[in-house]
Amino acid sequence: MCVTCGCNDGDKAQVINSDGIAVNISPANNHHTHTLPNGTVITHSHTHDHHEVPEAIHAKIHNTTISLEQQILAKNNLLAAQNRGWFKGRNIFALNLMSSPGAGKTTLLTRTINDLKNQLNINVIEGDQETTNDAQKIQETGCKVVQINTGAGCHLDAAMIDKGLQQLNPPLNSVVMIENVGNLVCPALFDLGEQAKVVILSVTEGEDKPIKYPHMFRASEVMILTKIDLLPYVEFDVERCIDYARQVNPQIQVIQVSAITGVGLENWYKWISKISSNFTKKSE
Amino acid sequence: MHELGITQNIVAIVVEHSQGVKVRRIVVEIGKLSAILPEAIAFCFGICSQGTVLEQAKLEIREIPGLARCHECGTEFVLEKPFGICSCGSVNFDLIAGEELLVKEIEVQEICV
Repeated sequence: MCVTCGCNDGDKAQVINSDGIAVNISPANNHHTHTLPNGTVITHSHTHDHHEVPEAIHAKIHNTTISLEQQILAKNNLLAAQNRGWFKGRNIFALNLMSSPGAGKTTLLTRTINDLKNQLNINVIEGDQETTNDAQKIQETGCKVVQINTGAGCHLDAAMIDKGLQQLNPPLNSVVMIENVGNLVCPALFDLGEQAKVVILSVTEGEDKPIKYPHMFRASEVMILTKIDLLPYVEFDVERCIDYARQVNPQIQVIQVSAITGVGLENWYKWISKISSNFTKKSE
Repeated sequence: MHELGITQNIVAIVVEHSQGVKVRRIVVEIGKLSAILPEAIAFCFGICSQGTVLEQAKLEIREIPGLARCHECGTEFVLEKPFGICSCGSVNFDLIAGEELLVKEIEVQEICV
């Protein structure tokens, strides 16, 4: 019996080709030919002379369906989990800062580093499509920084953070701030291994950003509303913005700050201190 | 345009699993709340699959509607966007479907002799 298709033609080996014509095979010469539906001609030879009943084997094109059930982002998620373990093993607390371009991530970050210099050892991974401008600004504060240029990429991913961390080599018991590429869409999808995502929205943008870019605001633990010193000059309804953010993410915490005047920054620092000490306690 | 990277991932996953065998069809599940545009995936697929076992494969995208389960009353309701409100007035819910990003299955062409 043919092991491929299960046909059995008794004592006499026989192959039926695609035209329905039987091809006899003599036991002494076990060559036979098939014509496949696509015109390919395949010739076989049977060398199992010891078989009492020569087996007829058909060549066929089979379409086999293979169930994969494979997560498309599995590779990134695996690397992110590795990064998370790397951070945990070194008792390093990592934050992923995300916003649209120009919301004030770098200004907030430099101010934070300067203000918390004596309390926290902050290290920075800067993500931008091009230039090392932001890394230079951070470097001026005296903290360790690496710049990742994503080129055509619109977000940082876990593999980039893995490489960045090798370069940065942050010390034990420190904080790593990851400044993502300015973009309110893609960074929300890519886990980097951070402990929390923070979205930064400036009052010079529209107050409806949370419902326009819901994935970002849903993924974040905190929304920092920046540039609030400009509120007298712009049409921005703070209450409505917070309402939109809570529609998308009822648990989101909102911190209003101005990195220029310093208003509200103490709440941001309190949050960092609270969440990082919780993390440290859990790791111990 | 994160769809380009996502499509590259799709192609890489299939190339890895097909072990050099020509792929005729690929089924991908994309949740409607996943922030991925199926049209953009289809557009990128033609480019990303060139020169691979997927070159002539038919891409089938199954869109999975968003579904939420309310924290308060347990009602399941359909979501068109990643936020909404339950009929009981609660905005606290778990997304139970609609965030899928999955290579579901592939159909490979094998010549069996």
